[in-house]
Amino acid sequence: MRFLVVLGLLAGGLARAAGVSVAVAANFAAPMQKIAQAFEQDTGHKALLAFGATGKFYALIRNGAPFQLLLAADDETPARLEKEGLAVSGSRFTYATGRLVLWSRTPGLVDQQGEVLRRGGFERLAVADPRLAPYGAAAMQVLGQLGLLQQLQPRLVQGQSIAQTYQFVATGNAALGFVALSQVMTEGQVSEGSAWIVPAKLHAPLRQDAVLLAVGRDKPAAVALAAYLQGEKARAIMRGYGYEF
Amino acid sequence: MTFGTDDLNAVWLTLKLASLTALLLLLLATPLAWWLARTASRWRAPVGAVVALPLVLPPTVLGFYLLVALGPHGPIGQLTHSLGLGTLTFTFGGLLLGSLLYSLPFAVQPLQHAFEAIGTRPMEVAATLRARPIDAFFTVALPLARPGFFTAAILTFAHTVGEFGVVLMIGGNIPGVTQVVSTQIYGHVEAMEYAQAHWLAGGMMVFSFLVLLGLALLNRRQARVLS
Repeated sequence: MRFLVVLGLLAGGLARAAGVSVAVAANFAAPMQKIAQAFEQDTGHKALLAFGATGKFYALIRNGAPFQLLLAADDETPARLEKEGLAVSGSRFTYATGRLVLWSRTPGLVDQQGEVLRRGGFERLAVADPRLAPYGAAAMQVLGQLGLLQQLQPRLVQGQSIAQTYQFVATGNAALGFVALSQVMTEGQVSEGSAWIVPAKLHAPLRQDAVLLAVGRDKPAAVALAAYLQGEKARAIMRGYGYEF
Repeated sequence: MTFGTDDLNAVWLTLKLASLTALLLLLLATPLAWWLARTASRWRAPVGAVVALPLVLPPTVLGFYLLVALGPHGPIGQLTHSLGLGTLTFTFGGLLLGSLLYSLPFAVQPLQHAFEAIGTRPMEVAATLRARPIDAFFTVALPLARPGFFTAAILTFAHTVGEFGVVLMIGGNIPGVTQVVSTQIYGHVEAMEYAQAHWLAGGMMVFSFLVLLGLALLNRRQARVLS
C-alpha cells in the first residue's frame, strides 16, 4: 500500500513536469529505453518508464496508479482496460509482435532446429509462468505442438515474469529456457550462447498492444509517444531486438 | 471457491519448510549464540553483525546472491556438484538453505539475549559443584534459557512462513517442491485470481495474528513466573 502511495506521488509529480509516465512490459525494457531517448531528443517530451509484468500493471492501474500509457506484453490486458473504462476507447494499437526464443548461455547446446528438446541432456528448462506471462503461455503451446509437454513437465521451472525466466538461464541455474528474443538480441544478433528462434507458427502470435490510459487522455506527451511508437525510427530500434510488425 | 490442490500443497510445503528451518536453526544457533554471549574475542562484533545482516538486507539481495552462488558457476554450486548433490536451486534443499540464512538472526538473537541474561554466576556455581562445563551447559544454562528457546523457535517458524523474496528468486515455482504459500498468493494476485488470493492471504493474516498473540501471552506468563 505504501508502495502505491509513493508511486502515486512520484507519478503525480512527474505528470506535472510535462512528462509521460509509461508502464512497460518487462520484455520490452531494452528497446523502450532507447526509444525513450530518441523520443526526448526529437520531441522534447520526457518518457518516465516503469518496467514490470503486465498483470501487475493491470492491478496497479485498476487501483488508481497514474500511468498514462501502457505497453503490454499481450493484447488482452489493453482490451480489458478499455472495456472497463480505464483506457481511452479507440486508442489501442499493436506496437510490436514479439518472438520467442529457446536460449542457453552455453554455446552449442541449443541447435538451430530446437532438437535439443527431444535429445535431452539438460536438467532444467525455464519458462515463464503461463498464467502470468504471454511468453510463458507461448512456450507451453510450443511444447504442446512438439508433443513434448508430458515428457518435459518434470524438468520445468517457472519464472514469475519473462525477466526472471531470463535470470534463471543467464545464471546457468537452468541450462536453457524460453525467453523473449528481445532479451538476448542486440542489433539483430543473438549476442551470447546458443539459440533457436522458435518458428512463429508453433504458437499464437505474441501481439503486444499499447493503450492510452484514462489518465493520459488529451495529454500531449502521451499522445505524441503513442504516435512515435508507430513511426519508422522507433520500429528500426525494435527490429534490432527482433520484434516484427 | 476455496483452496485448490496446489494451494493445499503449498500450505503443507510451507509448514514443512518452516518446521525444519526452526528445528535446524535451534541446533545450529545454540552454540553460536552461546559463543556470542560469552566470548571476549574481537571477532564478536563482526560475527554478530554478519548474523544480523538478513534483518537489514532486502530479501532480493539474499535471493540474488543465492541464485548466483548456488548456480553451476557459483562457489556453492561447484561444491555441491563435486559432492554429487547437483544444483540446489529449484529444490527443497535449496529453499531450506535459503531459509536457514534468512531466519538466522531470529534464532541467534533471542538465544543470545537469554544466555546473556543468565549471566556467568550460575555457571560458576555449577563449576564449584564440580560440574564439567558441558554438564553445566545442559543442566543449568539450557533450562534457564528456556524462554529464549521458545521465542527463537516461534519467531524462526513464523518468519520462514512469511518468507517470500528468497523463495521467489531461487524456487522456480514448482508445485509441491518450491511453491510455498507466499509465492502462491503472489501468483494468484498477478493472475487476477483474487478469490483464491483472498483465501490464502486471509489465512496468513489469521495465522500470523495467532502466532504473535501466543508469543505475547507466553511472554506475560514467563514474566509473572520470574517475578
